Amino acid sequence: MSHPSPDRPSSSPSGAQQPTQHATAGIRETTEGTVYDVTGGDWDEIAAHAAKSDDERIIVNMGPQHPSTHGVLRLILEIDGETVTEARCGIGYLHTGIEKNLEYRTWTQGTTFVTRMDYLTPFFNETAYCMAVEKLLGIEDEIPDRANVIRVLLMELNRLSSHLVAIATGGMELGATTVMIFGFRDRELVLDLYELITGLRMNHAYIRPGGLSQDLPPGAVDALREFIKKMRKNLPEYDALCTGSPVFKARLQDIGHLDLAGCMALGATGPVLRSAGLPHDLRKAQPYCGYETYDFEVPTVDTCDSYGRFLLRLEEMRQSLRIVEQCVDRLEPGPVMVGDKKIAWPAQLALGPDGLGNSLDHIKNIMGTSMEALIHHFKLVTEGFRVPPGQTYAAVESPKGELGVHAVSDGGTRPYRVHFRDPSFTNLQAMAAMCEGGQVADVIVAVASLDPVMGGVDR
Amino acid sequence: MTDKKGNGPANGTPGHAANAANGANGSVPKQQNEAGEVIGVRRGMFGANNGGDTSGYGGLVRTVRLPGASSRPYGGWFDEVADELEGALEEQGLLPGNAIEKTVVDRDELTFHIHREHLLQVARTCRDDPALRFELCTGVSGVHFLEDKGRELHAVYHLRSITHNRLIRLEVTAPDADPHIPSVVEVYPTNDWHEREVYDFFGLIFDGHPALTRIMMPDDWQGFPQRKDYSLGGIPVEYKGAQIPAPDQRRSYS
Repeated sequence: MSHPSPDRPSSSPSGAQQPTQHATAGIRETTEGTVYDVTGGDWDEIAAHAAKSDDERIIVNMGPQHPSTHGVLRLILEIDGETVTEARCGIGYLHTGIEKNLEYRTWTQGTTFVTRMDYLTPFFNETAYCMAVEKLLGIEDEIPDRANVIRVLLMELNRLSSHLVAIATGGMELGATTVMIFGFRDRELVLDLYELITGLRMNHAYIRPGGLSQDLPPGAVDALREFIKKMRKNLPEYDALCTGSPVFKARLQDIGHLDLAGCMALGATGPVLRSAGLPHDLRKAQPYCGYETYDFEVPTVDTCDSYGRFLLRLEEMRQSLRIVEQCVDRLEPGPVMVGDKKIAWPAQLALGPDGLGNSLDHIKNIMGTSMEALIHHFKLVTEGFRVPPGQTYAAVESPKGELGVHAVSDGGTRPYRVHFRDPSFTNLQAMAAMCEGGQVADVIVAVASLDPVMGGVDR
Repeated sequence: MTDKKGNGPANGTPGHAANAANGANGSVPKQQNEAGEVIGVRRGMFGANNGGDTSGYGGLVRTVRLPGASSRPYGGWFDEVADELEGALEEQGLLPGNAIEKTVVDRDELTFHIHREHLLQVARTCRDDPALRFELCTGVSGVHFLEDKGRELHAVYHLRSITHNRLIRLEVTAPDADPHIPSVVEVYPTNDWHEREVYDFFGLIFDGHPALTRIMMPDDWQGFPQRKDYSLGGIPVEYKGAQIPAPDQRRSYS
């Protein structure tokens, strides 16, 4: 917080008239490297100027460490009393260079990276990435049905868990801690399913180019049915708790306003766009993984505000649960990886006593009986497969909006370039438009309604 | 929103029925009538370049080409979009051949390669022309082709039309020596952060951007990390005593 103190000595009382002596940023070479200086004499001038004006303009750094900013998001707010006059975002605190790292690993290993981008929507990252790789390979029509059904199943479970976190943290930021407890309680049910199916609660790398890393384990279908039953009972509790509650509405209604024109200009997609009344959903507009065969609706509201987005997320969770149920019903036995042995790993992973790993039967085979199988395994796992040169764009409807992957291949065994168009990154640009002119306390609500996840924003 | 299956690029356009047949072996769909952009040359087979490759593949030389220009008909709605775009540009007094370097149809996706000086006008036309109506820009992605001399830096834009349920790609190139591309922020404000990101990682300067500063890397960072000549690791880091082996110490397959 940089409130100018009036008793600070001023070097130039009539500073505005005099030719200002701004010290420009300087560069010094030291043995440790380059050092940049931005020190100068202009602070006194700024302080004096601020002291003369009688308003209460101050600039507040909210974050990067702030519990209500969804990770390491830094909000720079210029506030006049309680009103936010200008708002800017500082991002990049969680930049981990995933896109660069991808270029140094094989196409298959890429899933291990992308699952860590937006860590609340790992299956969407994996699916979008794998769809791009499959499109480059030209095998998108050969993905087995069972793999597609499981992909849809996991994505919709993921939509549930992501929306649950959005609602839970959003509620917590308002002080509605019961919503938080409920949200994380139900998310835990979803994470248990992830753990059962993929072996991990996060960072799964379960969806692979060509299909899945392994089939559903025994007992998964029963667990899914049990989960659906439980969620049917739990979902209405959010309605009972929040929907229509005068306190909740008072905090959310008309906050974070962004109309359709604003959404289109700023590229906002997902619940933000649908809260402006446009039923745009890639699952309907450009179906992938067989979404056109599922029965679900795309809810919209036309309130353009945080409350509308909250209602949308609730409704989308109900629709997701519908899709999950349909997925479970149509699970047919079959392969979960393409038949091409030059792409599919020779064996699926197996769950051992120490977690998910190599299939022991397969190791026995390649180490004991087949030299050629061993060579093939070694080549495919260490070198990977080649992808014909070219570029492609694959997009999925993540819980936050359009998650796009631009993948470029130079014909090698590693991606030449993979760019993720993360919806959190794009939607976060709307923060200024939503917050400026509003109250400081409403910034929290507006940001929560965007549901940014910094792992996805910064990548 | 329409959910007509045959209409979207994801679902295979009529002109590409032949491609579905050869999709199985992963070959590049459609024989291109132009050779395509050379982005590099591969030598050998197993990554050994110090004479250690005794496999017999050591002398192998392969040229890597990106898919080249396509000829009409492009198939499906691609021709309609191309006609509309060319017609709209001509109406504005701009010869389409001057603005559009080439049109590439590959993997059921339509790409217009645009000369950089006309990018802004083309983007505005794509957004405003009622028959095109690409309302949504999904940002810009940079690509660095180190060996594509004179066209090293590529900026790739994906434009989505919600009205017509279509997706096209615009591609612009700039040489490393003059890394300037006009900013499209005034047409698509959403590209503000996206262009900053590409600048941050590739050093592409978007002329006319309201505040082109680094967005992910620290402000005083030197170099542009996603360029191909910028190594992964191997650079001094701030942590005391930390060392990261340079990637050229690791094995790579050519």
